[in-house]
Amino acid sequence: MNGLKTLATTAVLLLAAASAAHAGVTLDAIKKNGFIKCGVSDGLPGFSYADEKGNYSGIDVDVCRAIAAAVFGDATKVKFTPLTAKERLTALQSGEIDVLSRNTTWTSSRDSAQGMNFTGITYYDGQGFLVNKKLGVKSAKELDGATVCVQAGTTTELNLSDYFRANKMKLTPISYDKSDESAKSLEAGRCDVLTSDQSQLYAQRIKLAKPDDYIVLPEVISKEPLGPVVRHGDDDWFDIVKWTLFVMVNAEEMGINSKNVEEMKKSTNPDVKRMLGVEGDRGKDFGLANDWMAVVIKQVGNYGEIFDRNVGAGSPLKIERGLNALWNQGGLQYTPPVR
Amino acid sequence: MTELSSAPVKPPFWNNPQVRAIIFQAVALLATVAFGLYLFENTQDNLRRLGIASGFGFLSSPAGFDIIQTLIPYSAASSYGQVFWVALLNTLLVSALGIIFATLLGFIIGVARLSKNWLIAKLALAYIETFRNVPLLLQIFFWYFAVLRAAPAPRQSLSLGDTFFLNIRGLYLPAPQFQPGFGWVLATLGVVIVIVVVLTRWARRRQMATGQPFPILSTALALLIGLPLITFWLAGSPLHWQVPELRGFNFQGGLVIIPEMASLLLALSIYTAAFIAEIVRAGIQAVSHGQTEASFSLGLNSGMTLRLIILPQALRVIIPPMTNQYLNLTKNSSLAAAIGYPDLVSSFAGTTLNQTGQAIECIAITMAVYLTISLLISFVMNWYNRRVALVER
Amino acid sequence: MAESRLPHPDLPPPASIIGPWGWMRRNLFSSPLNIALTALAAYLLWVAVPHLLNWTLFNATWSGDTRADCQANSGACWVFIRVHFEQFMYGFYPEAQRWRVNIAVLLLILGAAPLFIRTVPNPVKVKLGLSLLVVYPMVAFVLFKGGLFGLPNVETSRWGGLLLTLVIAGVGMAAALPLGVLLALGRRSKMPAIQTLCVTFIEFWRGVPLITVLFMSSVMLPLFLPEGMNFDKLLRALIGVTLFQAAYMAEVVRGGLQAIPKGQIEAAAALGLGYWKSMALIVLPQALKLVIPGIVNTFIALFKDTSLVLIIGLFDLMNTVHNATTNPDWLGFSTEGYVFAAAVYWLFCFSMSRYSQNLEKRLHTGHKR
Repeated sequence: MNGLKTLATTAVLLLAAASAAHAGVTLDAIKKNGFIKCGVSDGLPGFSYADEKGNYSGIDVDVCRAIAAAVFGDATKVKFTPLTAKERLTALQSGEIDVLSRNTTWTSSRDSAQGMNFTGITYYDGQGFLVNKKLGVKSAKELDGATVCVQAGTTTELNLSDYFRANKMKLTPISYDKSDESAKSLEAGRCDVLTSDQSQLYAQRIKLAKPDDYIVLPEVISKEPLGPVVRHGDDDWFDIVKWTLFVMVNAEEMGINSKNVEEMKKSTNPDVKRMLGVEGDRGKDFGLANDWMAVVIKQVGNYGEIFDRNVGAGSPLKIERGLNALWNQGGLQYTPPVR
Repeated sequence: MTELSSAPVKPPFWNNPQVRAIIFQAVALLATVAFGLYLFENTQDNLRRLGIASGFGFLSSPAGFDIIQTLIPYSAASSYGQVFWVALLNTLLVSALGIIFATLLGFIIGVARLSKNWLIAKLALAYIETFRNVPLLLQIFFWYFAVLRAAPAPRQSLSLGDTFFLNIRGLYLPAPQFQPGFGWVLATLGVVIVIVVVLTRWARRRQMATGQPFPILSTALALLIGLPLITFWLAGSPLHWQVPELRGFNFQGGLVIIPEMASLLLALSIYTAAFIAEIVRAGIQAVSHGQTEASFSLGLNSGMTLRLIILPQALRVIIPPMTNQYLNLTKNSSLAAAIGYPDLVSSFAGTTLNQTGQAIECIAITMAVYLTISLLISFVMNWYNRRVALVER
Repeated sequence: MAESRLPHPDLPPPASIIGPWGWMRRNLFSSPLNIALTALAAYLLWVAVPHLLNWTLFNATWSGDTRADCQANSGACWVFIRVHFEQFMYGFYPEAQRWRVNIAVLLLILGAAPLFIRTVPNPVKVKLGLSLLVVYPMVAFVLFKGGLFGLPNVETSRWGGLLLTLVIAGVGMAAALPLGVLLALGRRSKMPAIQTLCVTFIEFWRGVPLITVLFMSSVMLPLFLPEGMNFDKLLRALIGVTLFQAAYMAEVVRGGLQAIPKGQIEAAAALGLGYWKSMALIVLPQALKLVIPGIVNTFIALFKDTSLVLIIGLFDLMNTVHNATTNPDWLGFSTEGYVFAAAVYWLFCFSMSRYSQNLEKRLHTGHKR
């Protein structure tokens, strides 16, 4: 009896210790603050862009809002920090922000030596080139000797050098801190070519005075899987961010969107019921409200919705779904099930 | 009854100034050390917890990116250590050129400010009041985004005799290419410099002894230009100029001054010159007018008065604040990051930091470099200052 | 005759040295070199001034709401400034709450105005000045930030434009001066440890560029603090700017301290004043008066340096203008934007330097030459 009691006490203590070690500081701090500190881009239409009143919009911004909806049940509890490409990783490492949702490429060194965890892929991208039609260039292979504008501190900067070296071409790069400055320089003719992830090229193009004068070259010279990133050291927080994204993709797959989510709660489909928190405790597993997934969909939308309204058909960018279509529609967006 | 003691009461030890000083200093030192340790511990903990690699090993791994302006051989395959040197040299280049231009311009404007010519004096005043009251960053942006962006495209370049070209990609100049015999010219130059130094000493000693001046300036100039030219001609003109030519997208060959550097240099020189002009003016005004009158009464003309009487005295007043301006210019060159000139802050504390994630190391190196530069400049200037300082009995 | 003994009345000066012609001869054409210089300068002005005037005034567009309104004229498009004016002044500060900023500015003007009126007695000025330095920042902070007395909370990240520039400059000045004085006293202290600490501190901050300091304070600071501890981004930028300028201030004040004769301190000691009292009552009032120009120059430098917060993504006047020039609807108006920003900065810096010259003249109690 006594032995059993000791054992039970030890077990409880161990569990408590384990959960204390497990419960992450980031999540605790977020709950204490009452908002999420989210790092976004310093101005890229469709991804994150602050209008004249300082209101943010974009696909990366919506991911942050979805996370806030998951944690607090309120998509507005986010504080956005605009960061240049050079600042973003340091800001995340240091704890200046809780999550970085800023078209950041998933690479091995960032996952390991730089102390980060990528939570998923919001956008399958690849690096491309934007040139003025007047140059008469049809392929990136013709760019020998070109002056290229690129954003400093990005994977793009590295890929660019690799590509020119591999093809034995001469390169004159100009690295700017801000994407705006690259676009301005391309427009003024300071550089012949602007290189970046293709999605960004489309976003940059609509910021030019005469977007139709510029074309994106057909070559895609790299894989650029972009997604939200968190720091090492808080698994609970990592899980929440990761699954917020997964839920949005799953919702699109199941046909749940922000308009029909209340009706869908009455659905007989057990998958849908589980996800919307009508049946089972899948929401509670994360230490959040049981219906957080439904809240995310209701307040922010499913993946298809945020894609369309920010970068897709419903936006000025009009980017095709392409690789970012669901797996059953010819794309790569495939996520684990809620179960 | 209370007994009055005649001896003064010894004050308690905490009122003793010496004891107080020691306690005060000990507390201050301890607090500083404790604060430093606290920061260090926190940083260690944070790095360990986040699994961020630390140390300077990254300096030898390949960088993988290109840099637009490199004074030493560099390619994407070079190491981050090489990036550091490239970036440092770019910083030093723009600072050194900036210091030279700002000093020249500043002296001219400062003297113009004191000109008896009303129009010139007012123009100099307008220059000073305009440029020193507008933030430098704004001036850099102005030159870069508003002025130099107005230059034509490469195909419509402005050219001077098809040798110099100006377009939005920069100013293209012919590059000198040294042929094998050029060593002789350099050797001659070296010999001539030695001769000139010896000659100067001899001339000064002779003037001290006999009072007879020797036209040292013209002789030295004639020697410095003449002899190397003769060697150059004897060696068969071992120097070719590579003229830039338009090929593909850009001009190839020749030297290029990129607009990023040009606008940074323009802004730095013009901005700092406004401060230097004020320093020069104050320095000249600090020399009493009696000195000028005395000099005139000795029969020196106005040029000699300026060169031999006023400037040597004014320099004593000018040098200390001038040092500060040089330091400021060097530190201000870090604003290069805003327009993409690859200086230390932009390429090393920016790109390298970001590609490696070694924030603390990169920032520490950068700060250390600036600290070293600034200590070096103040050291040299202090030495010079001591040399020209008034020797009092 | 008696009159004939009177001296002949003075002849008028020759026509060549009086009147505008004489003035021009003396000031513009006194020597061949000066004639050449005058001609050159006049030519430069003749070329430049009409262009400038045409661009800024005569050919400029003043009315309209879109860039299309500017197509007709070849000069500056001031419509760009007019459309963005509110944004340049307040940044992202919520429109409904901007009256709070206006009230704070009004309070400042009302509070500071008596300081510039000569008839107001000095003790009143001192009290007013001190309350401006101590009470006003608190009032202004409550007004800007809100969250008290039913005022809605406005995050510091929404402060912007000229408002933010003035906040950074104001706080920087108010904090850098006392800190600089302490550092200067520390550097002149007879205690070796204190002296070393102060010298190290001063030389460190004077030796590094402000933008690396701002970068550190804006994205790296949490690395040096215990987990989870953090504070407002604006506050950190403020601390960075303040420490940086305090080091410069310290050097300026040190110059003043060195100029005070030792006799003053000895006299104070003979009167039985302790260190702090002799400093506060005898040495500093004299030393600070001597270095007013230097102090104001440091203030001006600080005001201009606020523009560097652009690099860490705070939306001060500079960044708001820069951002507006990249607005896709308004591309190509960089010059107008920069000229406007330059004019605003210039106005503040120039008035500060003029005020200091004025103050210097009035406080000058020594012999005038």
